[in-house]
Amino acid sequence: MKELSLNVLDIAQNSVSAGAKNIVIEINELESKDIVEIIITDDGCGMSEEFLARVTDPFTTTRTTRKVGMGIPLLKMEAEMAGGSFSIESEVGKGTRVYASFGRSNIDMPPLGDLTGTIITLVQGSPDIDFIYRRRTDKGEYEFSAAEVREALGGVPLDTPEVLVWIREYIEENESNIL
Amino acid sequence: MKSIAELQAIRDKMQKSMNMRRDSDDSIRVVVGMATCGIAAGARPVLAAIVDEVGRRNLQNVKVTQTGCIGVCRLEPIVEVFEPGKEKVTYVKMTPEKAQRIISEHVVNGRVVTEYTIGAAE
Repeated sequence: MKELSLNVLDIAQNSVSAGAKNIVIEINELESKDIVEIIITDDGCGMSEEFLARVTDPFTTTRTTRKVGMGIPLLKMEAEMAGGSFSIESEVGKGTRVYASFGRSNIDMPPLGDLTGTIITLVQGSPDIDFIYRRRTDKGEYEFSAAEVREALGGVPLDTPEVLVWIREYIEENESNIL
Repeated sequence: MKSIAELQAIRDKMQKSMNMRRDSDDSIRVVVGMATCGIAAGARPVLAAIVDEVGRRNLQNVKVTQTGCIGVCRLEPIVEVFEPGKEKVTYVKMTPEKAQRIISEHVVNGRVVTEYTIGAAE
């Protein structure tokens, strides 16, 4: 993966596959603490203890086309290489929480990249899921809520191209206050 | 600064055109592979280019969707085009530029871009 936003997309797709209705994507980038945190929480089907124990192993996957699954192992490796940590908690029927941290000034800190592009891609793929994107920096916090936009649209689907273009501008403009 | 209130205008405009479309059986489906392999190979900008192009041309009968791993990871990003009554066409090693060409030549004008298909790559 060239940028962390792609890992975020990849991990959030797991939440989509888990049948989540609510998916919260939090990105904390704190210069003061020299840390970048990525936290993805969902209310999907969750994983059994047995599956959870081997989920960071690349030879564990839910895909049916082959026997390797690189998404979670890749994020874990990138976090650990950049002086951070990785953890994953899950409960069957309740949901899953994936946490990855990185040393912000670490030489192996990957660029965050186009996070808005990731949010747009998720909304396009699953217009009925309530995505929340929360971004925190030393300057403050910004939150985007797909449910809020859906409500204002009154029946016009979120994956309408014109709406997606609007959402991109909406996120980028408002988020720029804290970047 | 953009605010939620602006959506009112989009809503009013879209609701007028909405009754005419939506999931009619003659719609063309464009599917982008979005598993780890696709994402790592650059599927996100490919999908964005397709959505942009479909929006810009206002193609009401085209549905753009995402799917998981298609099974040929080494040829990602992969885009599949499903036209009603025709065989599926699989395009491989996509870029945003190639994807735009597929929209204009195949989806709009009905000419398969043979050089980008899986058959040409294999």
